[in-house]
Amino acid sequence: MTDALLAIDGLSRSFGGLKAVQNVSLSVREGSLSALIGPNGAGKTTLFALMSGFLKPDSGTVRFAGEDITGREPHRNAALGMTRTFQIVKPFAAQTVRENIAVGAHLHVRGRAEALQNAEAVALRVGLAPQLDKPASDLTVAGRKRLELARALATKPRLLLLDEVLAGLNPQEIAEMMPVVRGIADSGVTVLMIEHVMQAVMHLAEHVWVLAQGQLIAEGSPAQVTSDDKVVEAYLGHGTAARLRKAASGAAA
Amino acid sequence: MNAGAKQLAGIALFAVLVACVPFVTKSGVTLNFVMMALYATLIAQAWNILGGFGGQFSFGHALFFGTGAYIQAIAQLQGGINAWVALPLAIVGAALVGLFMGALTFRYGLKGSYFALVTLAFAEVFRILALSVDFTGGGVGLMVPLRESVANLQFSSRAGYLWVVLAMVVSALLVTWWLRNGRFGAYLQAVRDNEDAARAVGVNPFRVKLGAIGLSAAFMGAAGAFYVQVFQYIDAGIAYGPAVSIEALVAAIVGGMGTMWGPVLGAVVLHVLSDLTRNLFGELPGINMVIYGTVLVLIVIFVPRGIAGIGLSVRQLWKSKGGRHD
Repeated sequence: MTDALLAIDGLSRSFGGLKAVQNVSLSVREGSLSALIGPNGAGKTTLFALMSGFLKPDSGTVRFAGEDITGREPHRNAALGMTRTFQIVKPFAAQTVRENIAVGAHLHVRGRAEALQNAEAVALRVGLAPQLDKPASDLTVAGRKRLELARALATKPRLLLLDEVLAGLNPQEIAEMMPVVRGIADSGVTVLMIEHVMQAVMHLAEHVWVLAQGQLIAEGSPAQVTSDDKVVEAYLGHGTAARLRKAASGAAA
Repeated sequence: MNAGAKQLAGIALFAVLVACVPFVTKSGVTLNFVMMALYATLIAQAWNILGGFGGQFSFGHALFFGTGAYIQAIAQLQGGINAWVALPLAIVGAALVGLFMGALTFRYGLKGSYFALVTLAFAEVFRILALSVDFTGGGVGLMVPLRESVANLQFSSRAGYLWVVLAMVVSALLVTWWLRNGRFGAYLQAVRDNEDAARAVGVNPFRVKLGAIGLSAAFMGAAGAFYVQVFQYIDAGIAYGPAVSIEALVAAIVGGMGTMWGPVLGAVVLHVLSDLTRNLFGELPGINMVIYGTVLVLIVIFVPRGIAGIGLSVRQLWKSKGGRHD
């Protein structure tokens, strides 16, 4: 594929005896909004860390915008245009929301005043404008998730890796956040998200990869992967798919 | 006037007010007190750049202090270099030692108590080296001959020293102003608050921490050089012993880490306290350390933000108390 913004090939990483990610290959098309799903402990966050440079792979390559960036440090990847967020939010607690976002804006802006101004514009996009002058430590969980997103967005990324921005939110907050993510993708930023909230995956993602026990077991449209036997069994246990089918046909007959 | 300009005006006001002290009083005791308080402010502010803004708690800032002091003394004694020329050498030398230690420790990601222990070890190694080699005077120390003249950076009255150390303190304040209002400072505080989050948005923590330790060490070196000029004597215990390291971090923590005026407040408060106790208890050895320790414990328990943060701490306490009644 020539229009792949991010292409990983044969990526593996073990921690001691645990093979967290095994021989994973995938490529993210420029301008797409796709998702990476899988049961807890499948290795999704490890895969993100390998892509963004927080971890070095044991083998395999990562290419971003045609350049081999395998094992390159995260700050250099951010400068290149790939920024990640964290599932466990990491605000700069001692600073205000505006200052937090400005740190991201500083990647391309030296002047403090301009960075703070950019921060304001980004806050508006993710719905944080009313909280700009609050200390980051005063934000609710939903606020912190937005901040995590805003700070990454302020770096003007080409590819945004979102690690469970919806986890821990209540249904109303999820409904408020989904259009924000959609808006970011529509503005031309390629988005790859790890997500457990299936409602969001079904509504937002064009393409889904499913990771289980460190290996890719399926990919396709959201509808395809959710009806895939292997995916159902990865979540619900071996043999479940057949049992479910039997139960369904029994009910129909 | 925006916040940045207000802070600059504050620094200017501080500089003018303190610079005028020698015109108001000729009392040697008062001038000496102000000079020593400024000197304590300088080392506290130096520590604050790395510890307060950067979150890297050094327990061995004496390393940079001692290096500056020895360079200042040796350049004059063995190199025959003028004291004014020796001063920038001392500053640069201390900064280089800082960069060297920073490169070693930050390269391998040392943080928290591990970093503190390594800095302590570095200072101790230098202390033992300074005791055992010849050009530092070994255990005898180095004596800079008394030649009072402005050209030799030696003054007949305390006023001259006061102005010199004031200039150093104002430079340090300007650096903290820049940390509060520039990209480097924003990066440094981001690394302090969460290194991984900073890396994710494009901050190179190694470079940022290295810059901070270089700056911090430079001011510490200036303080060491100043010490040699005032007391005309240096030995390994004074230069690299833990007393300076502790004084630097206690004043910064008591005053308020990561703030512009905290180290100033902390240094003044501690100096008033140690002068008071000296009057009460006489020259009981180590009594000032006992006082420092007590104050530090009280501050950490009751106002963790330091004296500069008392207002904020009280307000929050008020708010949480109010919240309980709601």
